[in-house]
Amino acid sequence: MKYFGLKVHEAHKLIKDREISSEQLTKSIMDRIEDVEGIVHGYVTVTKEYALKKAREMDKKIAEGEEPGPLSGIPCAIKDNICTKDILTTCSSKILKNFKPPYSATVYQKLEEQGCIMIGKTNMDEFAMGSSTENSGFFTTRNPWDPARVPGGSSGGSSAVVAADEALFALGSDTGGSIRQPASFCGVVGFKPTYGRVSRYGLIAFASSLDQIGPITKDVRDCALILNAICGHDPMDSTSVPADVPDFTRFVDKDIKGIKLGVPKEYYTMQIDDSVKKETGEAVTNLANMGAEKVELEMPYTAYALPAYYLINPAEASSNLARYDGIRYGFTYEDAENLLEAYKKTRSSGFGPEVKRRIMLGTYALSSGYYEDYYLKAQKVRSLIARDFDQAFKNCDVIVTPTAPTVSFRTGEKIDDPLMMYLNDIFTVPVSMAGLPAVSIPCGFVNGLPVGLQIIGKPFDEGTIIKVASAFERMLALDKVKPLFGSYVRGGA
Amino acid sequence: MSYEVVIGLEVHVELLTKSKIFCSCPTSFGDEPNTNVCPVCLGLPGVLPVINKRAVEFAILSGLALNCKVNPRSKFDRKNYFYPDLPKAYQISQYDMPVAEDGYLNIKVNGETKCIGITRVHLEEDAGKLIHAENGDYSLIDYNRTGVPLVEIVSEPDLRSHEEARVFLENLKRILQYTQVSDCKMEEGSLRCDANISVRLKGKKELGTKTELKNMNSFKAVQKGLEYEIKRQIDSLEKGERISQETLRWDEGRGLTVSMRSKEQAHDYRYFPDPDLMPLEVQQEWVEKLKGLLPELPLQKKERYITQYGLPEYDAEVLTFSMDMADFFEDCVKEYPEPKVVSNWVMGELMGFLNAERIDITETKVTPLNLAKLLHLIDKGTISGKIGKTVFEEMFKSGEDPEAIVEEKGLLQISDTKELEKIVDEVIKINPGPVEDLKSGKKKAMGFLVGQVMKQTKGKANPQIVNKILRNRLK
Repeated sequence: MKYFGLKVHEAHKLIKDREISSEQLTKSIMDRIEDVEGIVHGYVTVTKEYALKKAREMDKKIAEGEEPGPLSGIPCAIKDNICTKDILTTCSSKILKNFKPPYSATVYQKLEEQGCIMIGKTNMDEFAMGSSTENSGFFTTRNPWDPARVPGGSSGGSSAVVAADEALFALGSDTGGSIRQPASFCGVVGFKPTYGRVSRYGLIAFASSLDQIGPITKDVRDCALILNAICGHDPMDSTSVPADVPDFTRFVDKDIKGIKLGVPKEYYTMQIDDSVKKETGEAVTNLANMGAEKVELEMPYTAYALPAYYLINPAEASSNLARYDGIRYGFTYEDAENLLEAYKKTRSSGFGPEVKRRIMLGTYALSSGYYEDYYLKAQKVRSLIARDFDQAFKNCDVIVTPTAPTVSFRTGEKIDDPLMMYLNDIFTVPVSMAGLPAVSIPCGFVNGLPVGLQIIGKPFDEGTIIKVASAFERMLALDKVKPLFGSYVRGGA
Repeated sequence: MSYEVVIGLEVHVELLTKSKIFCSCPTSFGDEPNTNVCPVCLGLPGVLPVINKRAVEFAILSGLALNCKVNPRSKFDRKNYFYPDLPKAYQISQYDMPVAEDGYLNIKVNGETKCIGITRVHLEEDAGKLIHAENGDYSLIDYNRTGVPLVEIVSEPDLRSHEEARVFLENLKRILQYTQVSDCKMEEGSLRCDANISVRLKGKKELGTKTELKNMNSFKAVQKGLEYEIKRQIDSLEKGERISQETLRWDEGRGLTVSMRSKEQAHDYRYFPDPDLMPLEVQQEWVEKLKGLLPELPLQKKERYITQYGLPEYDAEVLTFSMDMADFFEDCVKEYPEPKVVSNWVMGELMGFLNAERIDITETKVTPLNLAKLLHLIDKGTISGKIGKTVFEEMFKSGEDPEAIVEEKGLLQISDTKELEKIVDEVIKINPGPVEDLKSGKKKAMGFLVGQVMKQTKGKANPQIVNKILRNRLK
């Protein structure tokens, strides 16, 4: 039987009713990986034996009478920057190609406790720096909708494997759009929670004040289920917030009559493809048809978000990535004559070009004499952007924008032009800068490629986002549309 | 020409918390290398710091003890640099918003009191320790010390001589030990001192070019290092040379300062606020509560000893050198209310033995109560003062009760006149020479004869009675 196409809540029902076992489900996923991974290249590591063992253990527990929880026995994929004890965690970087952490991230521990079965670690842009997964130190992941195109990034592997039914759901991480933009490109649901909602302990840091872990799922109900499992205060993370976590599934399938939809004009007038603009515009109209009330907004600081982001993010990254010196773990350049050469050779051969670019940008932005003009000014801009959102949310409940200015582009198309690549995040970055929660859900297609709609919420109001996303999903039923692998040549493109 | 010396100190002090500043590893000194470590203090990918509340408390206490203003809000910053003993390649420290600032410490040099400004007290984490192979082929790293909490205390450039610097450092050490935030053992590295030094012509306003002197690992090294550097700078200026701004290392073996790096080679630490830690909000109530926990500090205690016990300043200074010594003294005075007598015994006998045995007051077997008992025995004439010293030595060795020692060793004083008369007569008989001397007015002979009686009685004779008998016999 083919179970790989199931959603989390569907599989849960079958497991609960003892109609399928976790092992059957996991094996089905393994078969699927066998079939399509040659095209998708979504996984850095597939933990087949580990997964089957865990699945059998879960089945045994259920056979012994344990009542399966919503995630018991559910196979999932984990982005390769989330530490998993004794299992390779590479950040898709050569510098960590052999790194097996001696501890697990809090999120992974939570998923394990809930009975999730990890089936592998997914490919990403090296250290999560990128928007296409082309910056992986190992290989490029393909978009299941068209293998000649990128899946987006940096959580491109996680998004692609969910879209290709190689996992029931995945965890990704989002710094400036790294969950939402690939979810948009791959036609799946990707949720970035409020900064501080999910523990970052064990997430390999990129830009600490922006990084946040979130789910990538096949539909909004699954998204709510995963949020239930991973949200909450963690004493190991000083930036995690001790706020109450509601049952997010309560917000699924609810009426959205009277909900105020903020529509900021800046997001529809900046550099954006007409086709994408049209699709997202229609989405807003559809939401209004369901009873939501459209509110036009002005958010004047939006345009400054990207430049400010590209100072803060490299600055933090330059400091976070300084520890990879080859001395204690990871890749080491063996033949160095002295300490300085060991540092230089290890780091220059261990890191890829985009990582080096950000380290240099960030080091410069923090340097004495430049700090005030760059890093500090960027922080001020960041406060203004947050104020923009504060103002906007006085008049609306959620803000609706496109997730990305384009649909998926061809592999190689933008890789040599970093500035063009950075523009991918133009609509997601402001949200990250303000630390707000946002989801990307499929809202249509352009030339057979998915378009994503971004729904942004107030701090810690993930519930309202789920409510609006769920209503929208129900109306268009785009979660039922899947990429057709049949037409591909095996391993091709 | 006459020069004025300007010194400011930067003192790093390890705090006596049980666990490290950002994780729960123990802070114990001297354990097997790399046994007190975890993913957090090893800075493994993905870990995050969580501040140790006790470390903050100790930093606040240090600030309060140094008369600082405790900031209601401070923050942590990253100080970025590459070195193998620093596993994250940045040190979490406090750059522009320290826990406490704007304090002072009064010191007394050559009878004059001087107020030395304390610029700031901030929290930071310690680095690991490098152990270099003797052949220079490799270095080993011990991360046990990584993440041990430190306070850095920065003084204003108010010190005007190496002598003042030494006294300042001694006072600072004593205050922190009193406050029990650190054991301040320079030899174990729990107190480390760097100095900024410059000289200028007397009367000039603007400061001379400074050098920073590091690696002074003992009080003696601070004294010698500063002395050397001051002389080096003055000699250079005398020769018409210019001082270059640089960081120097004190080479204890060779007894000179060596350049580590020039101003041009100075690190750019690229400080920025650590996004992994929230700003530190300190409620005033907390500060008030901690203020209540501050002990009487050395200077106050010293003043009190002078006024309350009528002790000479020297005694008060010595007795308050450590809180344990002061407590010993006061506990003893409670049982034997003759402060100067107690002071003499503590400073003379007790400290003499402690120094000879190289042990600390906390390690001695002598209790304040037993010392008081001993002094009472002497007062009552049960034993002589001289025997008292013998008894004390025994107390120091065995920790026994003085009464038990006196009884056990038969050290009771002989005050029986009849018995002593017999011995005196014997002594007169066998020492005709000195007896003649005494009769002819040589007073010195008296001492000799008393000494002979004491010798016969193994020191147990009551010297007053012996004196009386001798005088009567030889009138």
